[in-house]
Amino acid sequence: MRRPTLGWWYTATGASRERRIIGTAVGIGLALLFPLINSALGLGWEAKAVPIALFIILALGLNVVVGFAGLLDLGYAAFFAIGAYTIAFLTSAQSPIPWVAEGNQVNFFIAMLISTAVAAVFGVLLGAPTLRLRGDYLAIVTLGFGEIVPLVIRNTPEVTRGTQGMNPIGLPQLPGVSFGADPIPWYYLIVAVLLLSVVMTSRLRTSRIGRAWAAMREDEVAAASMGINLVTTKLFAFSLGASLSGFAGSIWASYLQVIAPEQFDFSVSIFVLCMIILGGLGNIGGVIAGGLLLGGVDRILFEWVSGIIHGIGEAINNQDLQFMDVSRSRLLFFGVALVAMMILRPEGLFPSARVRAELHAGDESEGAVEQERAVVVDVER
Amino acid sequence: MGGWQIDLFLAAVMIGITNGAFIALIALGYTLVYGIIELINFAHGDLFMLGTFVCLSSLTLLGFGTEVGVIGTPWLALFLAMVAAMIFCGLLNVLAERIAYRPLRRAPRLAPLISAIGVSFIFVNIGLFWQGPTPRRFPDLLPQYDFVSQLLGLESLIRFTFKDLFVLSLAIPLMLGLAWVIRSTRMGKAMRAVAQDTEMSLQMGIDVDRVIAFTFLIGGVLAGAAALMYGLYNNNTSFTLGFTAGLKAFTAAVLGGIGNVTGAALGGFVLGLLSALTVTYFGGQWENVGVFSLLVIILVFKPTGLLGQQVGEKA
Repeated sequence: MRRPTLGWWYTATGASRERRIIGTAVGIGLALLFPLINSALGLGWEAKAVPIALFIILALGLNVVVGFAGLLDLGYAAFFAIGAYTIAFLTSAQSPIPWVAEGNQVNFFIAMLISTAVAAVFGVLLGAPTLRLRGDYLAIVTLGFGEIVPLVIRNTPEVTRGTQGMNPIGLPQLPGVSFGADPIPWYYLIVAVLLLSVVMTSRLRTSRIGRAWAAMREDEVAAASMGINLVTTKLFAFSLGASLSGFAGSIWASYLQVIAPEQFDFSVSIFVLCMIILGGLGNIGGVIAGGLLLGGVDRILFEWVSGIIHGIGEAINNQDLQFMDVSRSRLLFFGVALVAMMILRPEGLFPSARVRAELHAGDESEGAVEQERAVVVDVER
Repeated sequence: MGGWQIDLFLAAVMIGITNGAFIALIALGYTLVYGIIELINFAHGDLFMLGTFVCLSSLTLLGFGTEVGVIGTPWLALFLAMVAAMIFCGLLNVLAERIAYRPLRRAPRLAPLISAIGVSFIFVNIGLFWQGPTPRRFPDLLPQYDFVSQLLGLESLIRFTFKDLFVLSLAIPLMLGLAWVIRSTRMGKAMRAVAQDTEMSLQMGIDVDRVIAFTFLIGGVLAGAAALMYGLYNNNTSFTLGFTAGLKAFTAAVLGGIGNVTGAALGGFVLGLLSALTVTYFGGQWENVGVFSLLVIILVFKPTGLLGQQVGEKA
């Protein structure tokens, strides 16, 4: 008998399944009610929630590449840039395409789909020649690609307007909703896309291709000898990750209304990587938690701590403290987080049972693996 | 662009060779570490950046923070600054190995790489706190003497200045010294053994941890020496220097065949030439595009590099 598959909690059974269903429901509820909570408590976080939610979409996409398929991608921001510039080319009055610049701006949602597709094509173009490479070489190639894209954008001002950036970029048109300076419609648009990404990636994880990714990640030779086509499996992971990044890039461009090459440098790729490593590679709930945590630290906590330090500085009349900017130590913070996570808890704060079992083979009870393995067999039926 | 000018080309070649010398020194640090523990030491470029800051700070401390009012070249101060940078970079590299890489020696391959990225970020932030976000001027302390125009009396675009001579006459002996250490000393022999087979070396009584720490020490020392040369040659430094310098050097190491010491030195000079030619013929803004494209192309089409991995020779 074929049981209906319900989503990412499906891999769990019994109490842990119930916990996941409740956790998901609470998560969706909180995400939808956030603007109300925000205004009720007077937090003023609505403008900060938009980038945080958007970066979680990026993290979900990178999680497919790194967490599911085990391919370390250090140039993920390149696809983000490609998505953003594609939508700018299609909808901006400054577009290098004469037909668009003359006033025939493409509808936002169509342009968004085209951006997604273009990013996916670039994912395949980069993926195809690099698939034979070992893990760390692949990481460096993606890093090189991630650097080349913003540099080329910067160096071709006749097409991309270089460091001046492109502005304005087409806005989404929905009946009854106006997208503009108010972040709330943007928030709901991004949360809708986020939920869609969660459903998509979680369904993929337990699908045939998802299991192929896991097999490949653990042992390529064994996976190939079991009949998995490594080329198409890797390419699919790469292009899916790229398309999610391009998708996020198109919304980001429209939200910011101006894009420039500096927004897509190496630190963006690493920021997203930090999110998924911190949260737990391969585990969607963990990735979201990691994204919330890092985004919160980066956009809310740093500012808050800076405010407190400035307050202390004013109180004791200390110039250094008054003008100290805590966000200058964000690299230090990310660096220490990466090293500490690798040494102390390489599986992340909220790991998936399978990854935890891989990293602690032998020194932990096998119960979790057994449970997951049983369910994988279950899904097969 | 006009016709093809031979002296423009030769001028670019000269710049390329000198730049290649310190790229090669940094590349050696990548290749030594990769040869022995198969780790891409992502933080190495940023270690080099901190090295330039040590040089700048020591020169300032000795009273030569700016060339204004300085008559002649303060050789002793330069020597002390270089020694300080060599010691600092060597020890910092050993410390990073001890804290961030050694606990991960048995972890999955990508764990130490991610840890190295973390270390790199820590170094960058230390640099930012140390010298601030704006590029810093490095004192121009070497004699301004151009051998081509002043000694030979030729008027052309080609320059072979005292600075070039200084860089080459420091870098080449350092590389030969490294080759000697690897070939002829007890520690060098141990390094080659560990690179070839870590398990077996352990059984033969080699203190593998010490050999690895020593490898990181040498890599750091070379980066420290390169830091002084870079500062005196280019007369500027910045906390963002490490990323590009590191990637250039890594490209050089891969170009020569990563893990191969001779290859890294060769790769450094070849890369220096290529990037100087790119700057001359396409403009400075395309230099890094050229370097990164070269990196991607080599890794994709010939990951073993020019000389390949010579097992037994690599260290």
